[in-house]
Amino acid sequence: MRIPGGLIDRSKPISFRFDGHQMSGYAGDTLASALIANRVRLVGRSFKYHRPRGILTAGSEEPNALVQIDQPGGQSTPNTRATVQELYEGLSARSQNRFPSLAFDLAAVNDFAAPMLSAGFYYKTFMWPRAFWEKLYEPLIRRAAGIGALSGKPDEDAYEKAWAFCDVLVIGAGPAGLMAALAAGRAGADVILADEDVRPGGRLLSEREEVGGSAATDWVAGVVAELEALPNVRIMTRTSVAGAYDGGTYAALERVSLHLGEPGDLPRECFWRIVAKRAVLAAGALERGIAFPSNDRPGVMMAGAVRCYLNRYAAVPGRRAVIFANNDGARRTAADLKAAGFEVAAVIDVRPDSSAVADGPVYRGAQVTGTEGRHGLTKVSFRHEGALHEVTADLLAVSGGWNPSVHLTCHMGGRPVWNPDLAAFLPKEGAIPGMIVCGAAAGVFSTAGCLSDGAAKGAEAASGLGFTAPAPEIPEAEDAAYALKPFWIVEGKGRAWLDFANDVTAKDVRLAAQENYAGVEHMKRYTTQGMAPDQGKNSNVAALAILADATGRGIEGTGTTTFRPPYSPVSIAALGAGGLHKGFAPERFTTSHTAGAERGAPMIEAGLWYRPGYFPRPGERNWRDSCNREVGYVRNAVGICDVSTLGKIDIQGTDAAAFLDLVYANTFSTLKPGRVRYGLMLREDGHVMDDGTTACLGPDHYLMTTTTAAAGEVMRHLDFARQAFCAGRDIHIASVTEHWAQFAVAGPKSRPLLDTLLDAPVDPETFPFMGCGEVSVSGVAARLFRISFSGEHAYEIAVPARYGEALYRDLVGRAETLGGGAYGMEALNVLRIEKGLITHAEIHGRITAGDIGMGRMVSAKKDCIGKAASQRPGMREGPEAGREELVGLRPLNAKHEIASGAHLFREGHPAVREHSEGYVTSCCWSPTLQSHIGLAFLREGRGRHGSRVRMKDHLRGLDTLCEVVDPVFFDKDGGRARG
Amino acid sequence: MRITCPHCGERDRREFYYSGAEDYLHRPGEGAEPAAWDAYLHLRDNPAGVTRDLWHHSLGCGAWLVVTRNTVTHAVLGVETVEKEQDQ
Ligand SMILES: [Zn+2]
Repeated sequence: MRIPGGLIDRSKPISFRFDGHQMSGYAGDTLASALIANRVRLVGRSFKYHRPRGILTAGSEEPNALVQIDQPGGQSTPNTRATVQELYEGLSARSQNRFPSLAFDLAAVNDFAAPMLSAGFYYKTFMWPRAFWEKLYEPLIRRAAGIGALSGKPDEDAYEKAWAFCDVLVIGAGPAGLMAALAAGRAGADVILADEDVRPGGRLLSEREEVGGSAATDWVAGVVAELEALPNVRIMTRTSVAGAYDGGTYAALERVSLHLGEPGDLPRECFWRIVAKRAVLAAGALERGIAFPSNDRPGVMMAGAVRCYLNRYAAVPGRRAVIFANNDGARRTAADLKAAGFEVAAVIDVRPDSSAVADGPVYRGAQVTGTEGRHGLTKVSFRHEGALHEVTADLLAVSGGWNPSVHLTCHMGGRPVWNPDLAAFLPKEGAIPGMIVCGAAAGVFSTAGCLSDGAAKGAEAASGLGFTAPAPEIPEAEDAAYALKPFWIVEGKGRAWLDFANDVTAKDVRLAAQENYAGVEHMKRYTTQGMAPDQGKNSNVAALAILADATGRGIEGTGTTTFRPPYSPVSIAALGAGGLHKGFAPERFTTSHTAGAERGAPMIEAGLWYRPGYFPRPGERNWRDSCNREVGYVRNAVGICDVSTLGKIDIQGTDAAAFLDLVYANTFSTLKPGRVRYGLMLREDGHVMDDGTTACLGPDHYLMTTTTAAAGEVMRHLDFARQAFCAGRDIHIASVTEHWAQFAVAGPKSRPLLDTLLDAPVDPETFPFMGCGEVSVSGVAARLFRISFSGEHAYEIAVPARYGEALYRDLVGRAETLGGGAYGMEALNVLRIEKGLITHAEIHGRITAGDIGMGRMVSAKKDCIGKAASQRPGMREGPEAGREELVGLRPLNAKHEIASGAHLFREGHPAVREHSEGYVTSCCWSPTLQSHIGLAFLREGRGRHGSRVRMKDHLRGLDTLCEVVDPVFFDKDGGRARG
Repeated sequence: MRITCPHCGERDRREFYYSGAEDYLHRPGEGAEPAAWDAYLHLRDNPAGVTRDLWHHSLGCGAWLVVTRNTVTHAVLGVETVEKEQDQ
């Protein structure tokens, strides 16, 4: 039912569905106001007892009216607050937590079992035996006590995240926030005014009052128009500021398209991080209830919410009302109802001495003792002057006073302060650096007070940053005193509800105290009060007042639980915006990526890089066939492999050589231009960090390569070593990984291939093994390194990245004419295992130079990072340390598999953890040796060559007897690479 | 948390890589006693109050920074480049 007026647009009717019923509302409605206008009172079932519940509030704090919104395409959003959800054409909402229907819910039987389900029920009932938890208790509880349900489909909808920056962030656009924004905006500060509502105005949108001699909504429109015209002010509606963090950073959630039936390509929500030099919190206050028996019946509503539905939405929550309050303000509800033509059956005021006038019969010193009505309120009973009365009513408007919205001020550990005069918690001053609080959030409850406080605090925030302007004039407005008597609960038979969302009663809180869960945090956990989606916004203060009474400590001594972010629910999808798919793992492609993909190569992820695993050919049964063929290219002809993913770091300066001596275990200051050296890098704790080659390109000019995996870590390490230990020295470091495309040209025919490619043939004098220098490819300056990761005569050729693809295609073409071709990661891995060359499978973080047989590389002649630690007892090579050392493994039967991760045991020993003597790090089928082979760490393994170990893989069920051998399986003296 | 990089200005902490206490700057000289290395590598205070630690502006200029901050109030009290600290 509608009355005239309100802020809805009657020229735009909207049809929607609730539980399958077709209904209609108007643009400007929330789902809640439209349901009220359609006379829907029962909107959900409570969490635990499945009690019928109706709409309680008109804001984001709503505990009852949580509905499931079904989207086209099968997505469905549970726990949407009907009070926040704007109406749109075709909206489809379902009530939650009921089966089979809202009016007849089988689980409502829980309500009769309530004595069994009281606070602490979980602790007491589901304690024993433990094994029953997973199979019996938990599924039972989950089915019985759920709020809404997920669609079960991945959420593919679009969400966004964004940053914003401002001088002054004003949180809340009610009378205080609007004035604060106006004061700061006129002064010239960059202002963001954020409000969770659809439009600015706050309580002024819901009250019948005048500001500056005209209707409050007109005054709001005037201020908003001025703010919108200021280029330095940005108004963000539908945006709730959810958290306050260090350094003036605030989290906010914007509902971008949740109000649109056809959102197009708009994201659903945007998660904002707003960085503000100053913040003005003008978040207002939330009305609190009074606990009395059966206070949760549909038709019981907050008094301020009743005014909101009447005045803002012209929707009528009831035709015959009772008001129950402990303060003067609630009397406005009676006046508004009366003005709208509805009957006020009784104004029940707990204060015997209250003098406020009201429309309707007033009962002073009276208390509501109960309600009736199966699915909605029909009758209210109350006690007055010792007598019990009953009145017929379909609406009971309740007000226990107002709680300032101090939540954000508590996000950095600040505790609110109890103010006995207001019977409310007020923000602790300075709790958030840079934030000041004004208006109702600071305990200023009259409109006039909010306007002047907001103006003052807005000006204060701006002037703190050097922006000044005359303070805005304060328009005339309502200026009633906040007259209230603290009152929390009506004693009597029947359950008095505190936390509607979690079904917590006043009795539960007292039970907690009785069972010695007397601390406020303990009470919360014992009863679950305050742990529902509303986070106790409607019940915290009343619950701790009752706890304070039960323990005799008083509210001040009881304190509050901790308010943590977010202020109101934030969807995980919004928090994770941008983190799906490629947003989670960006793709890095080499210049040869397309060429590799064209050859059908499956890609292997190496960090963020994609590298070809192998290049299948027709007739090959599996990857190993391809891999064996590609290994053959390198061993017998020539293979081409893109190695651009290795980290490349350019190091220059007169102190560059000394710097390399510091960061590498071995010496580089003796390296001559045109030569390359293998380098081993240690962490300061003495373990191996990375390895690679470094080329001396010229005087004071080096090019370091790192492994693909450790490129970022090494760069950071070099940055640190240079800045921390070589300050003021002449050293310049730059990552050039992306600048150069680099290809391995490996195999006995590598030189003949290069001779056909390069503008001048390879000069063996300039390019001996471990030589480097400049060459020219079709006039393009390139770098050539004679290095080998395969044990063959091999080169790596580097060109500026823009020539990478062309060079790769050319190289592969030439290789194919020589009986070779492209090889991928699988073949590269086999080639290096055959040669006993290590990767990060071996240097996994707990390995010393000695473990990999490079102990003597740690130069005795100079200091280096990690040297001191590498000399500690237990880190040094030798039998006294008893360390696990790198060995090769060959199965006694060449066809028996070796597996990475498998552990090694002495022959005849039981294959249990206590007897493990080492583990396998790398393994492959070696087509060159026609055998499975592996690299492993084995206790004192270097002295055990020729002996046998048992490799046991419990996971894959392998049990292979192996011979311990030198890790270099092939061409032990290295003649092929040098030749 | 926001850190003011001396090169780049005030930035969100997501641009920085956190490394640990500034102790890591005070590397013992060659031949130092094992106890000095033990302290350097392993022993760290855990102050409730002012602490100095190392941050790398990894998504910015690449500078390593010493950030002085209060672990209780979360206030950032000062930022200096490691290079400047070590030059003094
Ligand atoms: Zn920087």
